[in-house]
Amino acid sequence: MSKYFWFAIIYIVCAPFIGGLLEGIDRKVAARMQGRRGPSVLQPFYDINKLFAKQSVVVNSLQDFLVCGFLVFVVFTGALFFWGGDILLVFFALTLAGIFFIMSACSANAPYSSMGAQRELMQMMAYEPMVLLTAIGFYIATGSFSVKEIAQSDISAVCFLPGFFIGFLYILTIKFRKSPYDISTSHHAHQEMVRGLTTELSGNILALVTLSHWYENVFLLGVIGLFIVNSSWWSIPAAVLVCLASFLLETLIDNVFPRVRWQTMLKWTWIVTLAAGGINLMIVMLMK
Amino acid sequence: MGMIGFLILFPFFAALVMSCMRKSGLVRRCVQFTLCGILVAAVILFAVTRLISGGTVSYLPHTHGIDMLMLVVEWALVVLVFYYSFKFKKYYCALLSIAQTGLMTWLELTGRTEIPGDHIFADKLTIAMSLIIGIVGCLICVYAIGYMKDYNRHHLDYRDRRYFFFAMLFLFLGAMMGLIFSSNLIWIYFFWEITSICSFLLIGYNQTDEAMENSFKALWMNLLGGLGFAAAIAYAAISLQVINIQDLVALAVSSDAKAGLALIPVVFLAFAGLTKSAQLPFSGWLLGAMVAPTPTSALLHSATMVKAGVYLLIRLAPAMEGNLAGLMVTTIGGFTFFVTSMLAISQDDGKKVLAYSTISNLGLITACAGVGMHEAVWAAILLMMFHAVSKSLMFLSVGAVENCTGSRNIEDMHGLIVKLPGLAYVMIIGIAGMFLAPFGMLISKWAALKAYVDSGSILLVIFLVFGSATTLFYWTKWLGTLVAVHHHSERLTNVTKKSEWTSLISLSVLMVSLCLSFPLVSTYLIEPFLMEMYHQYVPNLIGTGNLYIMIMMLCTILILPIAVRVLTLGKKNKIVMSYMGGANAGDDRNFTDSFGDEKPMYLANWYMPDYFGENKLLLPSLVLSGGALIILMIMTIGGAL
Repeated sequence: MSKYFWFAIIYIVCAPFIGGLLEGIDRKVAARMQGRRGPSVLQPFYDINKLFAKQSVVVNSLQDFLVCGFLVFVVFTGALFFWGGDILLVFFALTLAGIFFIMSACSANAPYSSMGAQRELMQMMAYEPMVLLTAIGFYIATGSFSVKEIAQSDISAVCFLPGFFIGFLYILTIKFRKSPYDISTSHHAHQEMVRGLTTELSGNILALVTLSHWYENVFLLGVIGLFIVNSSWWSIPAAVLVCLASFLLETLIDNVFPRVRWQTMLKWTWIVTLAAGGINLMIVMLMK
Repeated sequence: MGMIGFLILFPFFAALVMSCMRKSGLVRRCVQFTLCGILVAAVILFAVTRLISGGTVSYLPHTHGIDMLMLVVEWALVVLVFYYSFKFKKYYCALLSIAQTGLMTWLELTGRTEIPGDHIFADKLTIAMSLIIGIVGCLICVYAIGYMKDYNRHHLDYRDRRYFFFAMLFLFLGAMMGLIFSSNLIWIYFFWEITSICSFLLIGYNQTDEAMENSFKALWMNLLGGLGFAAAIAYAAISLQVINIQDLVALAVSSDAKAGLALIPVVFLAFAGLTKSAQLPFSGWLLGAMVAPTPTSALLHSATMVKAGVYLLIRLAPAMEGNLAGLMVTTIGGFTFFVTSMLAISQDDGKKVLAYSTISNLGLITACAGVGMHEAVWAAILLMMFHAVSKSLMFLSVGAVENCTGSRNIEDMHGLIVKLPGLAYVMIIGIAGMFLAPFGMLISKWAALKAYVDSGSILLVIFLVFGSATTLFYWTKWLGTLVAVHHHSERLTNVTKKSEWTSLISLSVLMVSLCLSFPLVSTYLIEPFLMEMYHQYVPNLIGTGNLYIMIMMLCTILILPIAVRVLTLGKKNKIVMSYMGGANAGDDRNFTDSFGDEKPMYLANWYMPDYFGENKLLLPSLVLSGGALIILMIMTIGGAL
């Protein structure tokens, strides 16, 4: 068995714990920023444990299948990434997972979850160009789409791709569902859209969604890490530090900005994609 | 040779038979079914024998007699165009028609086109095309049997001219077969003109004002392309002494002194290809073609017509690599891909969404051909095959839904999975095939992306990434509408005929099996073709490891429903009403409004016409693309001279 195989296994086993812990840290830090004590960092684990124990209350039985599809393909995405697969294929699998999630909200045929689904779709349309550009950026900088080879390049990819890095950090706000871009669903269930996308999910099905989000967050931080990792050993602790810093930055942004309208989100995300990603792309393509 | 002759002539014969059978009934149905069966069998037999014997063949160096016959038919077409143009007072069509036919007649009668060379030609690309035309085309013809019966029952105000309609479908297939088997430009032009006229007649089938208006739009745009084609032939024959498309491409890529001049006919042919594949600014005719009955749209969008345009561009691809002609084609194609995918967001008419998505996908294929590198052409051919299958599946299922529910609006397809489960599943397969990860189109899009990056065209990469995002939006929206489970919905009676089911199911099976077997298609059809065209080894573009992963994903999707069912066997879900802020009126279809009255709930998708509407985007994009096309054409011609 190659060591990359074990990376994938480690991801599948450990990602929920890392993801849950990160959420705990996020809640703690956010609370401190607001001058509260905040819950224990282990609170997300208590929450999910309780959710799993609860009866699932659903609107129809199709939701079970679609949410499972979401979980399976998110895990697949992350495993493929840590196994060192083709980064474009990784992102395509992530899109497929996202579509399963949207379909589960649509299938409920209920006002709040339908609204959440349309908004989620809008979010996908906003971040998708930057995600694809990131893959292209890695290819141009390192000459390969394979995560394995990107991670073993001599110079960290971020040296060639600072614009892509900024662009990816920007869309990470959407992907982490943080304010100002928590348009389709929110961590806080008291807003005008109730809980958007996940309104009609509850009990152990909702637990599966939470679990998928943890997997997804760890994978996304992995992509951030890929910008930093190179063939030398010290790049790995550096990457971990950068991931942690990015994560805390998102928490800060979440607490500083109020939610915006989708028009603003689409406009600014595409502008940043073009300005940071596009210009960086132009420069590296001309350099090569 | 005999087999190729049969494949070209048999559809014409079938058209003749159909035009004689004016009485509808069991006999006509059986005859049509048999004719389709024979054609499918013949095309499969042809493909298999050609693949076994391998290599490329060409025939018929001397064809003076046939050439003269073709000339006579061309003048007959001119007479037909004149008749319609004067009847409906569209004189410019007559003018366009006589200009090109006059030019061709002068060329041929003065003996300027008597350049030695074979007229019939068959390589791996021809085999792939003949399979698309034969199988997908015939399935559409089979579908038409049942569909047209319902169509005429719903539209009693239109005259029943089904015999004419069926004859035209077969004629179309014959013209397409002729087009792909010809290597002589004059022959290609001849069949090209037939497809233009055929589509004109098919679009105008209803003979309503709107239908005639749109059919003339199709006619003048395609005749304009035809004029470009004729100009290309004239220049190639007179100053380059070339009349074969293969020779033209070979000349353009050679280091011959005339290689630069060869760009002039190439750019004119590319122009013709762009009109026929409905790229901006010529997208109007394909959108207008919606007024025709569904089989027409399906045929125009998938197996024929638009595929003729991209087929020509793919043939020309090596001649366009890294020059201004290539730049013209890639710019128009990439721009079309992006803009029309945005326009599709704002449409709620199912057929119109499909039309925009066709134009958008063709833009991608066009851009690949314009890039001209072998990996781009690989992507282009695969895209073409997958698109033909999934788009015909989509059109046919929308048509079937329309016959059942009386509407083809996407909003009315809400909850189709409960109302018409069979058709909904077929449609889901079609949509998945159009854009989702382990399915066909995405594989080719992936290869296209790699090719664009390798060719160094930044603009194309930007168009592709943004266009992919907008494509995702309109397809997922549709998918979500289909799977909405509307409680207490009645199952509708499914009036889909047996013939329609036959083609829908065959196409679905074809779609899934093509997704599973495309590595084989790539190895045995596309790679040998590219080896021949570029004389170099073509590496496997996507990599075997990735292929296995893709197939794994596909299997996961197929197994998932069963696995979930098994895992949740003992699980008890409590089914409740959906949340409506506590105002449910006893079920989840109605709610209590602020006056205390009961109101039905209605959920709609986002269309955002203020941002993506036709009235916002269409005119600027037509102007931009038109300007770019004219400037780049002039620059290419000027540069070559």
